Amino acid sequence: MLKIKDLHANVEDKEILKGINLEVKAGEVHAIMGPNGSGKSTLASVIAGNENFEVTKGSIELSGEDLEDVSPEERAHKGVFLSFQYPVEIPGVSVTNFMKTAINESRKAKGLEDMPAKDMLKLIREKSELLEIDRKFLSRSLNEGFSGGEKKRNEIFQMAMLEPKVAILDETDSGLDIDALRIVASGVNKLKSKDNAVILITHYQRLLEYIVPDYVHVLHNGKIVKSGGKELALELEEKGYDWLKQETAV
Amino acid sequence: MAYTEEELKKELETKEYEYGFYTDIESETFPNGLNEEIVIAISKKKGEPEWMTLWRLEAFKYWKEMVEPEWANVHYEKPDFQAISYYSAPKKADPNKTLDDVDPELLEMYKKLGISVDEQKKLQNVAVDIVMDSVSVATTFKKTLAEKGIIFCSISEAIKEHPELVKKYIGSVVPQRDNFYAALNSAVFSDGSFCYIPKGVRCPMELSTYFRINQAGTGQFERTLVIADEDSYVSYLEGCTAPSRDENQLHAAVVELIALDGAEIKYSTVQNWFPGNKEGKGGVYNFVTKRALCEKNAKVSWTQVETGSAVTWKYPSCILKGDNSIGEFYSIAVTNNYQQADTGTKMVHIGKNTKSTIISKGISAGKSQNSYRGLVQVNSRAEGARNFSQCDSLLMGNECGAHTFPYIEAKNKSAMIEHEATTSKIGEDQIFYCNQRGIDTEKAIALIVNGFSKEVLNKLPMEFAVEAQKLLEISLEGSVG
Repeated sequence: MLKIKDLHANVEDKEILKGINLEVKAGEVHAIMGPNGSGKSTLASVIAGNENFEVTKGSIELSGEDLEDVSPEERAHKGVFLSFQYPVEIPGVSVTNFMKTAINESRKAKGLEDMPAKDMLKLIREKSELLEIDRKFLSRSLNEGFSGGEKKRNEIFQMAMLEPKVAILDETDSGLDIDALRIVASGVNKLKSKDNAVILITHYQRLLEYIVPDYVHVLHNGKIVKSGGKELALELEEKGYDWLKQETAV
Repeated sequence: MAYTEEELKKELETKEYEYGFYTDIESETFPNGLNEEIVIAISKKKGEPEWMTLWRLEAFKYWKEMVEPEWANVHYEKPDFQAISYYSAPKKADPNKTLDDVDPELLEMYKKLGISVDEQKKLQNVAVDIVMDSVSVATTFKKTLAEKGIIFCSISEAIKEHPELVKKYIGSVVPQRDNFYAALNSAVFSDGSFCYIPKGVRCPMELSTYFRINQAGTGQFERTLVIADEDSYVSYLEGCTAPSRDENQLHAAVVELIALDGAEIKYSTVQNWFPGNKEGKGGVYNFVTKRALCEKNAKVSWTQVETGSAVTWKYPSCILKGDNSIGEFYSIAVTNNYQQADTGTKMVHIGKNTKSTIISKGISAGKSQNSYRGLVQVNSRAEGARNFSQCDSLLMGNECGAHTFPYIEAKNKSAMIEHEATTSKIGEDQIFYCNQRGIDTEKAIALIVNGFSKEVLNKLPMEFAVEAQKLLEISLEGSVG
């Protein structure tokens, strides 16, 4: 579904990604781990098409289509979703209004009419129940005054609403207490299907106890230095990243 | 990001002023220039009684001695007041018209403006008075209103039919010598709307005036007078458009509102005069004096959405004369390209326990300059006066400016005055967040701007709010940097 080949990317002439190769198939869950500054969030941004990053080499393909000249909003229409590590605030725009706009813009791009209000309300009700979100929450301004946990839960709510093909969760576990983590994880698990894929970016093994990955990759210094099954995460938890750094240096 | 200054500029070039058409209607236009003869001629043309002619001449006398104000934060080439025609009227307008008698070309124009008078009549329950160039051409719903004793007509008609009301109130809130433009307007005003709501009557529908400048080289000087008698209520809407022209057109209106004891007036404006082209050529100079007088327990709310005009100079104000009276000012001012706006309000607290609220939202894009200027004045006997002001500015790009000039004068120790101000910029991260959710940059800006302006948009009557939202989107198309 998502095929990344020899991806190199710069920010302000500094090379952050130095040749990433990754293939994610439908129905799979991949975890990308690695120390701070290894390029995890950059990879997420580049896949989403953030133009602050310049792709200097390599390619990203979604369902066989090269994304090079595809704008961020078109990537979203094609099913790329990024749960942001730091979701921004948009004062005066309610969560509901924001979602309504997002859904209808995607529909417009596909040549569909706006979603009827009745269906929209039904969808909102369904998905907010899935994530145990209080309906009052949905009329608040997007992310304004939200706690860290509320922001992350709201990201996953948006994922549920938009039903992406490939969802990238960038440190969705940070800032969540254990109950919120459980709710978010169970939401993601329910949204998972044989037709979509999830990429989890995380520092910690904790999230992976709830969302079990098929593959774990370790990113270090802009490259994937090790890949393995879910056991790799446990090994990392136990030994830290240093042993890997040493191992790859050799 | 998905936009650069270059791309922006390109996008801006494609942006057009939607109402920039000109309708070829036979008009009668006075020769350029202003002197006593012209003032008398205007008055005569309109068949006014002598007292009105004299009142105009008095204003003209004051005007000759006054100089144009220069304190506003705007820069423009001063209009040559002798190069303007002070009267232009569509020839076929008949003062005793009904809608059926209106020139079909005029009706065609209303359609272009998106105001199908007929439809509006039936569906929206809005009574409309349309002023084109200098003359009121159609007032709808008169009969329905008359049953309640409400008078809604052109000011020219009111001068003839209801001289006692006009004589008593005209100039009572904005005196002839109030300021340069008010004096000019008092001397040469051509038409405008008049409205009287009798005691205890709640006006059952929105009253609306639609202003349109059509002829080249003419100034438009409307005069609006709204009187809400004791314990009455009225909601009044005002919309403005003009054709795109290279030269600047002058618009200097005066609006006077009188809210007697216990009355409430809501006055909403959507101003979309031609803002000039992308190089800053042309556009309307909008120098307007709007003021309300609030008697005991009265309430006046000004709500304005200002997106047009090359230069805007406008401060809808409230004189809170009566005890417990309330003044409100809700404003969205958008400037793009080379537009300049210096706008705000004056809240003058005279009565005891008077309250005022000011919410001002300024949005600047392109190379525009957007200033809020507001005065909160509490007089010595205004025991318990309260004011809350909030001025928020939103910037787009790096070449525009937002300025806030709040003036506070408190002469009573019990006064409570609060002022809050914020300045923010639409962030790249906000745009990217929206993009990532499938919302393109244009739509993202519209969303963010609407969110920013929400508190004010919510104050507009329903049908106007939708129009205003659309207008915000059009005005800011392609303006992020």
